Amino acid sequence: MAFDSFSAFIAMEGHGPYVWACYAVFFVLMAVLMAGSLRSRKAMVESCRRGYEFQADKSKVASAPASSASFARVNVSQD
Amino acid sequence: MWQIFHKLGSPKWFFGISTRFMPWLLAGGVLLLMAGVVWGLAFAPKDYLQGNSYRIIFIHVPTAFMAQSVYIMMASAALVTLVWRMKLADVFVKAVAPVGLVLTFLALFTGSVWGKPTWGTWWIWDARLTSMLILLFLYGGVIALDRAINDEKSAARAVAVLVVVGVVNIPIIKYSVDWWNTLHQPATFKLTEKPSMPAEMWVPLLLSVLGLYLIFGWLACVRMQTEILSREQRTRWVKEFVLKGRV
Repeated sequence: MAFDSFSAFIAMEGHGPYVWACYAVFFVLMAVLMAGSLRSRKAMVESCRRGYEFQADKSKVASAPASSASFARVNVSQD
Repeated sequence: MWQIFHKLGSPKWFFGISTRFMPWLLAGGVLLLMAGVVWGLAFAPKDYLQGNSYRIIFIHVPTAFMAQSVYIMMASAALVTLVWRMKLADVFVKAVAPVGLVLTFLALFTGSVWGKPTWGTWWIWDARLTSMLILLFLYGGVIALDRAINDEKSAARAVAVLVVVGVVNIPIIKYSVDWWNTLHQPATFKLTEKPSMPAEMWVPLLLSVLGLYLIFGWLACVRMQTEILSREQRTRWVKEFVLKGRV
């Protein structure tokens, strides 16, 4: 150990506030960055899953026995 | 050779291989960083000139080193985007720009807080500090430009050009302490010389640099995977991965 006691370690001969502020900001920002990156990856997987499930529902509806009339919108070219 | 190159550019291949490496990168990175930080904070000897404020070096040098090395990696990837239009290179640039921004901010912040008790000032407009601030703006510019352009391909090219042009700032940062008389002390590590510090100081520093490098690798993998999933949603392999949980 470079320090005699725990309180000396915290105080760092007056430089404590500077040193600990740096380390606190470093660890908080890195943690936020890492957690945020993980969370957005998870959110992306979820949004993909919802998209596929929506598609699957739609195709189920589409493949259901067709009734006599269909209401599909037809896009007529405006050119 | 071309086959390897082609494979490297395949998002699906990258997704599979990065998933395998990620736990090791994270575990190794956190372990090395923690070892370096604890050693540096509690066990490394006090600096005879600066006292204990120098202990900030164990996070200042890693963040500053990574801020520049991430930019060099981004510039190499941007060059690949411009020459070969490789998808993965563009994915890398977009995924790591925010990481570079945070690292540059941390380097500036820790340097500033180190400067106050040691040299008596938070900030001074000298070559090293100013060129580092420009790096921060470059990262911000890359992120803003990418968000401003909706079309994926035009965004990729515009961002790549900006990143490649901005690389001129890197040698300015590196040599600013030699070319001009600045407040900043010269480099701690040089490839050609032995470190000017005793081993009890530079070994923990090296550990934390390596640790942060591995953590960056992990962050890059996670963020690139997010970008790949978003771009390749319509492919069969992404659908299989999302619904069955494997590539």
